[in-house]
Amino acid sequence: MTTNHFLLEIGVEEMPARFVEGAVKQLKEKTETWLQEQRLSYSAVHMFSTPRRLALRVEDLADYQEDMVEEARGPAKKIALTDDGEWSKAALGFARGQQVEAQELYFKEVKGTEYVFVEKEHKGRPTSEMLQQMEAIITSLTFPKNMRWGSHELRFVRPIQWLVALYGETVIPFTITDRTAGNTSYGHRFLGNAITIHKPETYEQQLKEEYVIADASERTDLIRSQIEEIEAENNWHIPIDQELLAEVNQLVEYPTALHGSFDEAYLDIPREVLVTSMKEHQRYFPVENDEGSLLSYFITVRNGNTDHIDQVRKGNEKVLRARLADAQFFYDEDQKVSPDEAVEKLNHVIYQENLGTVGEKVMRVKTVSTRLAEYLQLDSAKVQNVKRAAHISKFDLVTLMVDEFTELQGVMGREYARMAGENTEVAEAIAEHYKPKSAGDSLPQNVEGAVISAVDKMDTIVSSFGVGMVPTGSQDPHGLRRQAAGIVQTITGHRFPLTIQQLIVLVLDEIKERSLLQREEADVLKDLEEFFTQRVRQKLLDEGIRHDIADAVLLHLGERIDVVTEKAVFIQARAEETDFKATVEALSRVTNIAKNTDSGSDIQTELFQAEEERELYEKSKTLNQQLDETLGQADVAGAYQAIQAVTPAINAYFDHVMVMAEDEQVKQNRLQQMALLSREIERFARFRNIVFSS
Amino acid sequence: MAMNIQEMILTLQNYWAGQNCIIMQAYDVEKGAGTMNPMTFLRSIGPEPWNAAYVEPSRRPGDGRYGENPNRLYQHHQFQVVMKPSPDNIQELYLKSLEAIGIDPLAHDIRFVEDNWEAPTLSAWGLGWEVWIDGMEITQFTYFQHVGGMDAHPVTAEITYGIERLASYIQDKENVFDMEWVEGVSYGDMFLQAEYEHSKYSFEIADKELLLNQFAASEKEAERAIEEKLVLPAYDHVLKCSHLFNLLDARGAISVTERTGYIARVRNLARKCGKAYYEEREKLGFPLRKQEAMNYDN
Repeated sequence: MTTNHFLLEIGVEEMPARFVEGAVKQLKEKTETWLQEQRLSYSAVHMFSTPRRLALRVEDLADYQEDMVEEARGPAKKIALTDDGEWSKAALGFARGQQVEAQELYFKEVKGTEYVFVEKEHKGRPTSEMLQQMEAIITSLTFPKNMRWGSHELRFVRPIQWLVALYGETVIPFTITDRTAGNTSYGHRFLGNAITIHKPETYEQQLKEEYVIADASERTDLIRSQIEEIEAENNWHIPIDQELLAEVNQLVEYPTALHGSFDEAYLDIPREVLVTSMKEHQRYFPVENDEGSLLSYFITVRNGNTDHIDQVRKGNEKVLRARLADAQFFYDEDQKVSPDEAVEKLNHVIYQENLGTVGEKVMRVKTVSTRLAEYLQLDSAKVQNVKRAAHISKFDLVTLMVDEFTELQGVMGREYARMAGENTEVAEAIAEHYKPKSAGDSLPQNVEGAVISAVDKMDTIVSSFGVGMVPTGSQDPHGLRRQAAGIVQTITGHRFPLTIQQLIVLVLDEIKERSLLQREEADVLKDLEEFFTQRVRQKLLDEGIRHDIADAVLLHLGERIDVVTEKAVFIQARAEETDFKATVEALSRVTNIAKNTDSGSDIQTELFQAEEERELYEKSKTLNQQLDETLGQADVAGAYQAIQAVTPAINAYFDHVMVMAEDEQVKQNRLQQMALLSREIERFARFRNIVFSS
Repeated sequence: MAMNIQEMILTLQNYWAGQNCIIMQAYDVEKGAGTMNPMTFLRSIGPEPWNAAYVEPSRRPGDGRYGENPNRLYQHHQFQVVMKPSPDNIQELYLKSLEAIGIDPLAHDIRFVEDNWEAPTLSAWGLGWEVWIDGMEITQFTYFQHVGGMDAHPVTAEITYGIERLASYIQDKENVFDMEWVEGVSYGDMFLQAEYEHSKYSFEIADKELLLNQFAASEKEAERAIEEKLVLPAYDHVLKCSHLFNLLDARGAISVTERTGYIARVRNLARKCGKAYYEEREKLGFPLRKQEAMNYDN
């Protein structure tokens, strides 16, 4: 078998850096799937990417598809043969359809019935012909944002400028829009030229000569080593932010790192501001000394070589100077306004349509946070901190700095509050109350921040639900699911003796008080119940709890999440033990038989006929007290033991008592007893949901 | 010797005239950006080819700083280029224009950094880049995807140069008012007074009541003109509404709850104009298509 390499290059106008990684992955997967489906053997697919090109090289690609023998099934034997043992019309029709002679048909048994079969051989087609289909793979690529250009119909990430498709030395000339694939590629926009790619294996070397490093990881290594060189030369410390490096890497085809400087006076501005100016706005790497303090230097990565590098440095310094001058101006101006004056202005900032102003939200959060702090029995200094921090939790939204750098909300609040003389805990709580911002983010560190965080997020969720903004499917524009997950993490992480139910009620009362509820309260509560149950369930699953066990312990939101979690862990640890299974079976007999009976009527002991009935009745009453005691103290093991202790009585009961008695009165009384006991058992878990493997 | 602003503008005009762009003049109704000029907004709607370039003085009342800030202005100047359908080599054409005004790409670091444009009041959006030169944004480069509530097809490419930004770079000046417009006349000589007066007017003096009435009147008049199928007069009133809204916003006359409502009102009118423009051009048989046919004959 002969093999060749295959090169595909899609030349585009500059792609958004954030899309490139996903596009590379997609192109690779689609190509590999296609190669396998088409029975085209190869050894590896190597990917290349720059802002202006997506490329791949399929190595050692066979020049023909593998031949394939396919077995086709026809009619059953009894239909395929006539009474005389000749081929029937059905069999002959099948042969014709398969384009074979009847003598090639044979019989084979499938599940006890014999059928007619035929073997068909598919000859592999030449690869150079198959590769025309790359056109469909390219046009099937999807991006977070697609566009049209010129008069073309195709939507793609950015306009396609050229295509290279080369199998060995053979051009595969498919066409997309008005571009036909050839062997001409283009070098760096300014330093390079148009070139003819001789063969796939010389691709990256030929591009390198035209000032393009096509291999993205090679480019990353190059940037890293250039930065390290600058670091060593100047005795600096330059932390490399991976996300920034990845972005910068997809903004350049031929990287050259260089450093610039700014006026030391700007180092008085808070570090976060300088870092944001440099990273977010300019894609610069900030420079530190060995102690981790910022220095008045930055690193930028140019798309080009070292020619005229001083001019590039000077230009970048000028831009940063203007940005820092702006930041300095904002910083100075902002300090002229006290946090309290800023809070006033929040009454003029809209929070969300239908939900009033940020000022109003802050007042709700303040009232509820203070109540929560008192409920949690924080000491009075902390309660005061919560009250104050909640009051000024969002004052920085009206500062010039946050208006310019929205990502600094909270951080600027902390800095300005500190300078305005607020105590450390209050200042920290302002920054902390936004946490956790994402799935992997840390929790609010101080308790004040945690209280406000939980209330603020719950206020957002309940007020949104109250006006009918409930996330559905993939629709969650305000990130309410993430915020709910944040609440769950925060109250468990801080071990607050608080249930979701309690927090909902605290927040909802305040929202009702302010007439912000536009729907029936019962409907809102129902939606909230479902929404939060899902979040808690997800938390359990994330922690490795089985689905069935999660369903068994998720009874209602009036139970502390840490207790629910402990129950789940407790059950999962025992799920495979035989005596646990026996217990669950006994308990399930009770809960199953009672599932259609509403408990509520009094049990008439005078209707008892067997000793076992009386015995179980006594045990139920004891169990009730024991569960009050153990669950009240979050003693999961104790509660389970109490339930388990009833199982001998349950078994004895079912051995001697027939629940479905003929006497209707006796039967109802027994069902009531079952319902009562069932209710007690399910205070711990819905045991009947647990699935046993055998 | 670096170009002054006048030379820069003339050079860009000549350059784009050489690329078959019709050199238009700025439109005579106040507006916040060159995109709002009907020569861009309306002409980018429908199938007719269109290539034009012009300087647009753009007013942004909220950005006024009384002439005290070296970078922020009540009114700045945009050099606007629109080409429909977008030529395949539009990026190269743009880069050559930079060379024409003395920017050697080999001596700088020029980048196309993703930046997607959206104008809620025009019900328009597009994809493209901001162009950076040594880290400074000098141009907004957009392929229109949606204009006036309709998908843009064929697609218009829009290039918006920030004239002050570009000049501060070419002339190496930190302060916009120090730049040279023509020899011996600085930007400050020409615009400092206007910056101060317009800032003071926008933030402190403008009669809110009058402006609110004007907004309502122009809105009504735009509706009336659309009903009469008079798209261009209607659109003039939409532009007036947009500017009045910006002025009212700077003056602090629009409460937070009203803000989104005002934007929606302007957008609604812009959409109606867009739709009506398409219909009127269709009735005329999309006359500029002739030009397209002619070009193909060449």
